[in-house]
Amino acid sequence: MSEAQIKSLEEEFEARIERDEKIEPKDWMPEKYRKTHIRQMSQHAHSEIVGMLPEGNWISRAPSLRRKVALLAKVQDEGGHGLYLYSATETLGITRDELFEQLHTGKAKYSSIFNYPALTWADIGAIGWLVDGAAIINQVALCGTSFGPYARAMVRICKEESFHQRQGYEITLKLAQGAPEQKAMAQDALNRFWWPSLMMFGPADDESPNTEQSMKWKLKRKTNDELRQQFVDQTVPQAELIGLTIPDPDLKWNQEKQGYDFGAIDWDEFWQVVKGHGPCNKERMKARVEAWENGEWVRDAAIAHAEKQQNKKFNKAG
Amino acid sequence: MKKEWPLWEVFVRSKNGLEHRHFGSLHAADAEMALENARDVYTRRNEGVSIWVVESSHITASNPEHNGEMFEPAQDKVYRHPTFYDLPDEIKHM
Repeated sequence: MSEAQIKSLEEEFEARIERDEKIEPKDWMPEKYRKTHIRQMSQHAHSEIVGMLPEGNWISRAPSLRRKVALLAKVQDEGGHGLYLYSATETLGITRDELFEQLHTGKAKYSSIFNYPALTWADIGAIGWLVDGAAIINQVALCGTSFGPYARAMVRICKEESFHQRQGYEITLKLAQGAPEQKAMAQDALNRFWWPSLMMFGPADDESPNTEQSMKWKLKRKTNDELRQQFVDQTVPQAELIGLTIPDPDLKWNQEKQGYDFGAIDWDEFWQVVKGHGPCNKERMKARVEAWENGEWVRDAAIAHAEKQQNKKFNKAG
Repeated sequence: MKKEWPLWEVFVRSKNGLEHRHFGSLHAADAEMALENARDVYTRRNEGVSIWVVESSHITASNPEHNGEMFEPAQDKVYRHPTFYDLPDEIKHM
């Protein structure tokens, strides 16, 4: 294809997105669109399955059966959400094994928030309330994204995920209404998860060079800072209602912008964790790689079994 | 022996009276496992009463680059639609 032909294809492509048409896997797309989507969607998928690790740790120690079945269902959902997203990514011509390889070798990233430990039961509350709350804000914005398989996965995920946040808030609420020690636990969890949750929306707009391109492709409908503001504005009253304090001395209602002003985010910490120096990066990857390697014989055995059954069928037919 | 489980497409009938609809895909070693995984992944909240799975490699898809010759011939056949026919306004129930 000549350069002029590619250019005209690209223009037609951008125009389709502009008209709110969806792009489907077999449609022509610019190489950069394909690569950016593989990167972002796989990062999203990896976040779902790595996100199972800090919570999975608490399933056997949930304080009641009610809490236990809810947490089990939530973690199971996350496995499912990972699968929706991996499948959607595979439509762009990359295999599941390649995607895992990228995760396990550190070539692909996942959300930094999962590199923080879940130290107490109250953290399970904070994760559902804050981390899922932040994730939902990001994901609702993505339901209208331009790549069809990604948008469809997002719609299903958003539908399933609203219980995740509600169960987290309920845990936090009960602790906040409990004994002073329980309330202190809830406050401590909020203290530790507040800032990392704000970081989930990514770098500030002026530090985010890809924002313009992502807006064009509807990979972003709002900027990082706009989504972060939305999260703060919706979460502060939720904390107040149950008598918890947001750990930010600079937090203040701004009448003029009808939103909260909040303190500066420690971006050094963010980049440290992204680069692999968070409290649990190594532990998370170790758990992932071990699960993958220890499961290899099961995957192989299942294939061998399937082939054997297939051969039996052929032999009978023959 | 490094072999990836094949990809399967999952179709779910959400209730009797409705058609099976494409829900998504998954990897599985064989059809039986594909069905079980589809049950676990796509019907966790009573989304279905029947599941079909088919290996993705068995699906033949049309090429969107040939959408012109494939679908355009239908566009100039307006006489296939009821609104093409001029009838007096007094005519009811037609």
